[in-house]
Amino acid sequence: MTQILVIAEHDNLHLKAATRHVLSAAQALGGAIHVLIAGFGCESVVASASQLPGVEQVLHCEEASLAEGGAENLAQLVATLAAEYTHILAPATAFGKNWTPRLAALLDVAQISDIIRVDGPDTFTRPIYAGSLWATLRSSDPIKVVTVRPSAFEAVPETGGAAPVLQRPGVPDSRLTHRTGLTLTHSSRPELEAARVVVSGGRGLGSAENYQALLEPLADKLNAALGASRAAVDSGYVSNDYQVGQTGKIVAPDLYLAIGISGAIQHLAGMKSSRVIVAINKDPDAPIFGVADYGLVGDLHTLVPALTAAL
Amino acid sequence: MKVLVPVKRVLDYNIKARANAEGSAVELSGLKMSMNPFDEIAVEAALRLKEAGHAAEIIAVSCGVTACQETLRTAMALGADRSILVQTDMELEPLAVAKLLRQLILREQPGLVICGKQAIDDDSNQTGQMLAALLGWAQATFASRLDFTPGASRVEVTREIDGGLETLSVALPAVITTDLRLNEPRYATLPNIMKAKKKPLETLTPQALGVDVTPRLQLLRVAEPPPRKGGVLVSDVAQLVDKLKNEVKVI
Repeated sequence: MTQILVIAEHDNLHLKAATRHVLSAAQALGGAIHVLIAGFGCESVVASASQLPGVEQVLHCEEASLAEGGAENLAQLVATLAAEYTHILAPATAFGKNWTPRLAALLDVAQISDIIRVDGPDTFTRPIYAGSLWATLRSSDPIKVVTVRPSAFEAVPETGGAAPVLQRPGVPDSRLTHRTGLTLTHSSRPELEAARVVVSGGRGLGSAENYQALLEPLADKLNAALGASRAAVDSGYVSNDYQVGQTGKIVAPDLYLAIGISGAIQHLAGMKSSRVIVAINKDPDAPIFGVADYGLVGDLHTLVPALTAAL
Repeated sequence: MKVLVPVKRVLDYNIKARANAEGSAVELSGLKMSMNPFDEIAVEAALRLKEAGHAAEIIAVSCGVTACQETLRTAMALGADRSILVQTDMELEPLAVAKLLRQLILREQPGLVICGKQAIDDDSNQTGQMLAALLGWAQATFASRLDFTPGASRVEVTREIDGGLETLSVALPAVITTDLRLNEPRYATLPNIMKAKKKPLETLTPQALGVDVTPRLQLLRVAEPPPRKGGVLVSDVAQLVDKLKNEVKVI
């Protein structure tokens, strides 16, 4: 009997959209689905989770030591719950990647990272080598610890369910780590990983000033999230959380505009599942044109303002 | 304080991976292999701790085939003091590597382990966290900055997270995994490459360490992803907007 525990990603106030994508992977597995909300002062998240469709039960664990989502306490907590489940699923985001391997090691099982397809109850497909290849793996472990690439699974709706909530005890604080600082980028734009349109810039923009002056008006017109290549982040145009690619964020919006991005394989790994890709680049031989549905060769300094004006 | 740095031998960053003819494995024969780029950042981080007087000795460790000796020589050419190869021809999963590293750590007693956050071959992003769990140590993944205070029992680590940066106070000993922007690794100089040939390299086996490395996952197939359909070049902005509005209807 398949018993799935989905670990929700949240900030104690809001349920992150990634959780709804993971639920869709859980539904592809079939079986009973429970969702764990571990945090502190996270009642509103519990309320959201209990409305998610297809959830049999919400487990609510309220504990100060879980407020920051630290790996040590969270992995320990999930390990105490794990015996009742055949599958433990979390999003393959910075949140999920941080603690799931810790859980897997505590349970002495392999982890299957960043799945993009469920092939069966113990069989999954995941990208390797920056998405150059897909590997299909079968697990022989009694508990499957799996992280799910959110962009590879459609999100389930926010409402439609009415799952009962069960309180569960927390775990003692390990005191191994605690947060001393948090700097979040505040933006009125959609979340990069959930946006329908992404406007992304590369080194071709030349400077942080150009990135802002050219891409922000375009993103405003399209209600788009802003992204960047590694080269643009390393050059200081924008901060690290904008990075799309193998080691940054993986996105699959309806429309991805790559502006001044040459298209290194590591960048393509993060965006090539987008529905429609548009590339604007002065180099007609840039590899980005190999994956773009529509390419426009020319000077982005004139083309981008013209595009913004034409929308 | 000793610092232990695990390093992995992977297909070189610049080479496109392909499946073998049977679709049963990744084709690696005859291709250039290099140190995993995130592990280069880990080696560099350890070197800077030593140069700043926080670390006394740097031990590089690799687990895998005999040729991983080359990766360890590279680590020593960059400045690691000695190295250990856990030699096996078995395919090693992250959990197995973490168990091998744990045994070495119990023997070597380092105060810090610095790993790459992921290897660019399997992109698993697991080994450091698994190792921390097996040791019961603190962990700080995706590090972009380390702040050591001499003699302190904790280290401040800034981490790259979704939405920004988080700083953690981390109890030592700990496992830290490196993100891209922690540092820019140096290159090995020719004299240091020569010197590295004389540095100690110890070889052990999983059996000698008492670790069962039997895989838990069976690789059923490796395949190229479905290719994207070839696109078209448009001549101007007006044509692009027309296509987006009327052909694919995304705006």
